[in-house]
Amino acid sequence: MTTLGTTTSRTAPNPPARTVTRASRAPRRRRRGPGWLVYALLTAFLVGSAFPLYWQAIVGSHDTTAVFDSTPPLLPGGNFFSNAARVFDEVEFWKALVNSLIVASVITVSVVFFSTLAGFAFAKLRFRGRDALYLFVIATMAVPTQLGIIPLFILMSEYGWTGKLPAVIVPGMVTALGVFWMRQYLVQALPTELIEAARADGCNMIRVFWHVVLPAARPAAAVLAVFTFVMAWNDFLWPLIVLGPQNPTVQVAIDQLQSSFDTDFALVMTGTTLGTLPLLIVFVIFGRQIVAGIMQGAVKG
Amino acid sequence: MTATAVEPPRVEPPRPTRLNVRQRLSRWDVKASPYFYIAPFFIIFALVGLFPLIYTAWMSLHKWRLGASSPEKYVGLENYRTLLHDDLFWNALRNTISIFVISSGTQIVFALLLAVLLNEQIRFRSGFRIALLLPYAMSLVAVGIIFSNLFGDQFGFINTVLGHLGFGPIGWHQDTAASHLAIATMVNWRWTGYNALIFLAAMQAIPNDLYEAARMDGANTWQRFRYVTVPALRPVIIFVVITSTIGGLQIFTEPRMFDSVVGSNSGGAQHQFQTIVLLMVQEGFRNSRLGYAATIAWALFLIIVVFAVLNFLVFRRIASADEERR
Repeated sequence: MTTLGTTTSRTAPNPPARTVTRASRAPRRRRRGPGWLVYALLTAFLVGSAFPLYWQAIVGSHDTTAVFDSTPPLLPGGNFFSNAARVFDEVEFWKALVNSLIVASVITVSVVFFSTLAGFAFAKLRFRGRDALYLFVIATMAVPTQLGIIPLFILMSEYGWTGKLPAVIVPGMVTALGVFWMRQYLVQALPTELIEAARADGCNMIRVFWHVVLPAARPAAAVLAVFTFVMAWNDFLWPLIVLGPQNPTVQVAIDQLQSSFDTDFALVMTGTTLGTLPLLIVFVIFGRQIVAGIMQGAVKG
Repeated sequence: MTATAVEPPRVEPPRPTRLNVRQRLSRWDVKASPYFYIAPFFIIFALVGLFPLIYTAWMSLHKWRLGASSPEKYVGLENYRTLLHDDLFWNALRNTISIFVISSGTQIVFALLLAVLLNEQIRFRSGFRIALLLPYAMSLVAVGIIFSNLFGDQFGFINTVLGHLGFGPIGWHQDTAASHLAIATMVNWRWTGYNALIFLAAMQAIPNDLYEAARMDGANTWQRFRYVTVPALRPVIIFVVITSTIGGLQIFTEPRMFDSVVGSNSGGAQHQFQTIVLLMVQEGFRNSRLGYAATIAWALFLIIVVFAVLNFLVFRRIASADEERR
């Protein structure tokens, strides 16, 4: 293996100029695989990130007394479904699931749509004040808007929106991060000629957006959608304050579950397991895209 | 970029008047459309972001009870005077900074290590990446409850394991330092994988020639990491530090769910892990002192600005010192 590696790296230095970096990188990687230490450390990280999630399922599938054993259980028990039934009995968990689904979906569609719209304008259209306005959008990312929740709460009470879903949906309908993300993507992924051609064919601007920009934006829009959904699903402080226990999202319902049954760990952990399950599903399906999204964002940012 | 400046060229000469109207419409379309497209962001941000934040400053100058739609009376800077003499506020500030410092320091070290590991030619690379990102997508409320349970003072899994190893039980909830450590662990659990991916992406953008050159100069693995990787990653590290500062100073869900007295915003019996946002929520929505809560919010806003500026200055200093060394 080593000899082979050396031979390849010896032959490598004279490739056609264009592939220099690729070729010089390849032999180094082929020289030898990473040692056992790398795998051991990675596995340790892996166990660390998976264990808390595993633990909730363990506790959630036993009865409550199991947690207090001197040697705690490490394998799932058989009580998960009876615990789950109790979760649905004790708090409005169905309602919470439906609410969270509505909130997260509407916010996702809205964020993707408005961000693409604004991102397109900033990326490809020319208008007075564009650069200054874009700078403003970027700057707002650093503004801790969470600190405005007190007036926001008064505002929502005035509208009579407290306890109602729009109070949670409207503040999340568009994000600076989304605009930034779509703009960065469209700048390089949407050929200006395509827009010109559509204009020449007599498309007005909104048809250009609909028929040219939206299809081109699809890959970035998908990543943005997954991120937005996860964030909206997990939001807690604002829904807690403005919705309350009568019309909860999943996070508020879990909180409520813990408030009423704080010593019944099995019940509470079943609730958390049920609340994280939809996220796990999203993650299994879109994990690859989420990873790619973060890594692309890092290079551009 | 020139796209819209180009007028539709397919203008047929025979019917000039009608086409003029269409042309004018089209020109108006081109000029006005961009503003319509960006308007939703600005309108929504103004309504639910900027306006409340500014209004917070105004509220902080008033006595204002929860449930009232207008202030009770104008009190000037009275709330701020109260704040400066409020032990709970200073306590919360100390706790917030302590948790933030413990978490962000270790987080960046671990994330860098993880990124180096992931940058190796490993098998199942995308599987590892996805699994290590998993905590990022998990609900904070659930995570808080799970960690509070794992770090239970009496029957927690961690104390049980420590007990088997011969260490006495640690008061993860009662003890100030231990509770900060537990909450910081929770924060790190969530963010290390995410930041590692950001570092990994930046590492892969480092030209390989730099490593080759360092190797030829006789640099070992550690030296290559220290003198090639870390300097190249500096902008990304700054980015991560600044974003985690803005987020870390507003920490709320983790300490709240960690509290074993559930539904409480006091951050433990002695307020040992009450953070600023917890205090704000407690004052505003439990003690009904909205005006004072607004004061806390506005104070935190100023603190965040100060931290951001400090971050920026420190890193600019480091950057310019680097330039000189070169």
